[in-house]
Amino acid sequence: MIFISGLCLFALATGLAAVAPERSLRYTYLLMFVGAVFAGAGSVLAVYAPPTAICVSSIIEYIPVSFAAGPLSGFFGLVLSAIAAPVSLYSAGYCPQGRTKAVLYGLFVLSLYALFYSADAVSFIIAWEAMSIFSYFLVISHTEDQESGRAGLVYSVMTHAGTALILAAFFAAYAVTGRFDFDGMRVGLAGSPEWIRSVIFCLSFLGFGMKAAIIPLHLWLPRAHPAAPSNVSALMSGIMVKAGIYGMLLMGFYVLGANVAWWGMVILVTGIICSVLGVLYVLMEHDIKRLLAYSSVENIGIILLGMGASALFASAGMRALAGLALAAAMFHVLNHAMFKGLLFMGAGAVHKATHTRNMEEMGGLLKRMPYTGLFFLIGCVSISALPPFNGFSSEWLTFQSLILGSQTPRIYMELATLLGGAALALTGGLAAASFIKAFGIPFLGQPRSAKAENADESNRPMILAMGIAAAACLALGLFPSGVLGLISKIPLSGLDQVSKAGVYPGMATRALLSPVNVAGGFAQIQPAGILAFMLAGLAALLVFLKIFWRRPKTVYRDSWDCGMQALTPRMQYTATAFSKPVRVVFKNIYMPKKEVSTVYALKPFFVSSMAYKSQIRPFFEEFLYRPALKAFDKLAMSAKRLQSGSLQLYLGYMLLTLLAMLVLWA
Amino acid sequence: MIFNNFQFLIIVLLSPLVQGIIKKLKALGQGRVGAGIFQPYLDLIRLFRKGMVISKTASRVFHAAPFVVFLSTLAACALVPVISANAEVFGLGDVIALFYTLALGRFFLVLAGLDAGTAFGGEGSSREAMVAILVEPMIMLAVFTAAVAGHSTSAAQLASNPHIYSSPAYVLAFCAFYVALIAETGRIPVDNPDTHLELTMIHEGMVLEYSGGYLALLEWAHWMKQMLLFTLAADLFFPFGIGMDPVRAFVLYSVKMAVLGAALALTETSRAKLRIFQLPSLLGGAFVLALLSIISVIALQR
Repeated sequence: MIFISGLCLFALATGLAAVAPERSLRYTYLLMFVGAVFAGAGSVLAVYAPPTAICVSSIIEYIPVSFAAGPLSGFFGLVLSAIAAPVSLYSAGYCPQGRTKAVLYGLFVLSLYALFYSADAVSFIIAWEAMSIFSYFLVISHTEDQESGRAGLVYSVMTHAGTALILAAFFAAYAVTGRFDFDGMRVGLAGSPEWIRSVIFCLSFLGFGMKAAIIPLHLWLPRAHPAAPSNVSALMSGIMVKAGIYGMLLMGFYVLGANVAWWGMVILVTGIICSVLGVLYVLMEHDIKRLLAYSSVENIGIILLGMGASALFASAGMRALAGLALAAAMFHVLNHAMFKGLLFMGAGAVHKATHTRNMEEMGGLLKRMPYTGLFFLIGCVSISALPPFNGFSSEWLTFQSLILGSQTPRIYMELATLLGGAALALTGGLAAASFIKAFGIPFLGQPRSAKAENADESNRPMILAMGIAAAACLALGLFPSGVLGLISKIPLSGLDQVSKAGVYPGMATRALLSPVNVAGGFAQIQPAGILAFMLAGLAALLVFLKIFWRRPKTVYRDSWDCGMQALTPRMQYTATAFSKPVRVVFKNIYMPKKEVSTVYALKPFFVSSMAYKSQIRPFFEEFLYRPALKAFDKLAMSAKRLQSGSLQLYLGYMLLTLLAMLVLWA
Repeated sequence: MIFNNFQFLIIVLLSPLVQGIIKKLKALGQGRVGAGIFQPYLDLIRLFRKGMVISKTASRVFHAAPFVVFLSTLAACALVPVISANAEVFGLGDVIALFYTLALGRFFLVLAGLDAGTAFGGEGSSREAMVAILVEPMIMLAVFTAAVAGHSTSAAQLASNPHIYSSPAYVLAFCAFYVALIAETGRIPVDNPDTHLELTMIHEGMVLEYSGGYLALLEWAHWMKQMLLFTLAADLFFPFGIGMDPVRAFVLYSVKMAVLGAALALTETSRAKLRIFQLPSLLGGAFVLALLSIISVIALQR
């Protein structure tokens, strides 16, 4: 009931955005904020309540379109609301003009709600297409941007290729079971042979993988996400890629049960590739929004690591551990939505203030935008998985489930999970370096351009929205037990075992502060305790300093410049320079190209100017997509030979076709 | 009980001494007399009494970093058993949490290096980030080896694992851990702790702009981290003596610290600093050792 009223409020706000006067658009965004809060509260209730139908109707006879609230829907509804609420508030300050964008934004969020709450394949596909189309319009809505049209094209083509695969999966399931509703498919497919189930799994993994941007199907993401306005980028990265994860969970885990070992291996290996390669590309990006977009690929990889481990455990019959790994993945879904939303909001604020997305032109923004800077820093710390923020809690659980992979009966499973753990550790280090760069270069040091010099703090709704998201990142990190309790109510493989089998004994009491405990004492953490300890340490330290530190006066001087003339901003480390060592170490992956061109006043001693250009080669574009496109072009060109333009020849084709048909039918 | 919870204070209070001993041994190895072993304490006192010069470019991150670094290292120290393993201190976290807590400190230290807007700081930060990226998976694999063999990731549980000496996997894991230890403590051949020369420095580059009390906090935290990693090496790979009566346990612990410190001093005096882009081959080699250790622990389990 709360959910429906929230949704109605949101729909009302969207409608109002279409008719309200332009200057009151910000109030419709505020109404959307309220609607999303209510829908979120309703979604939490939906997790605890038994599944209930919301509405059933039929567009065409015999094909019902039905929506239902169940625990899995409720959880994703919660994730969506948790990010849509602050982003709506943010939009009120970020883009108070632009009626079309406001309406499209509202419709986009509504289609996502419809997607997560749809109970059968037909309504699912309708919502899926609506989501893709609205987001496509939002991607190309940035008219000032030259690239956005092309980005929109790539996005549109790839997302529809994905939809085709998903449709194929649904039709295959329908052909076997005769049912379009997911519960019916689940029952019908339970007894069918493994090859059929594997075909459906592969189709849906690839189809949903396109939306989740698994490597090498990720090509659209770093183009489309930055091209959209930042409030939409926040939603696209925060929740729309998770629609792909939702689809995998729905088809792979709910309908098919995800208990075949090689499926788990496929998911796990994909997770390893996505997390490591994704984050390697994050480190090389200097466009602040593209950087964040690539980092979504990395985080999808981390989620897939948990899901893959879960499927491996399930195939070995270890249900409690399957639940643990899946809980880690789902927790990371929520956490990534929060911090990625926060970071995109921060990047949008920076873009709005400096009118550039290039980090090399920024610098010193923390002094000019203190609140934006603080919240962006919290986002960076969270995404780097540092305690006591939320990224740490879910990555820690993923680590635990991967290490516990050593208890699986097969040696290849043990190796794969432990290598997954090593990949996660590498990812953690690279992510930390990337987000040190993402915060350090724009916000610290001296401004590198006049744009950065003249930047101003964001307006109040934007700051408030980022503050809410930052507080959520901290709260989720400090009290993981609460969310894990929620997740354990979802009837997916082994999640119900999570509390029963004592994977988290702490959760039984539901005490928020209880430690997260894995596999009966294998390990435990208490992030809130770590923070409390640090605060106690701070108190002790301050007392110590009061006594021992004599506090002679502090003086403020220029930075150390080796006794030369004053430092200029151009002498600072740039983003390119910061990531140079990594570019050298991983040169086999990046294949960097560098050009140095020197202009001489008098050769060879007097140089008048030098230019240094360095770029990395996009591996998948150059070695996978471009050859494929070329081959396709060639095929098309050879087909063109048939079209000579001569009328007689065309009549001849007709005659031949007619003859062939007569022969065939005779 | 109270004693168990506060055993981390041993690391806090004695870490400057360990640093002093290493410096003394290093000096002797190089044929110098060297400063006394209590010199680091005197250094701290001197720094706490001095005024500070702070860059005008620096923002609040610069002021926050020494505290975050010190406190995160302190919290990490509270996660390891030092001389008594029968209580996981406060039950706050395991070895993975320990390394991520340390990483929190490093995150802020690297940011602080970028904050003053100089090339020196950026240089140190960039190199530190590179070393961290290469070292982290290696440490994690070494920890995984111990965790798989000891059926836990909690340092206290691992320290009371009796089967430890029967497995060759531990030898490999320890070798990898030792290389990681050198890199994490910023010692030759990875970094040179004694110089401010821009060609060789990593850690010193990041803290170049710091002075006075802030510098004291950072140096102290760095020594604590060094002793913490020694302690962890002792817990994971040489856990004999932990859990005996406090006096004997403490004596054994001191011996272990001295041996590890001597090994580090010996490595430093007998090796030359590597060029920065030769580091990946050293660290990559250690990574392979860690990988072999985890494979052998899996193979030996069956």
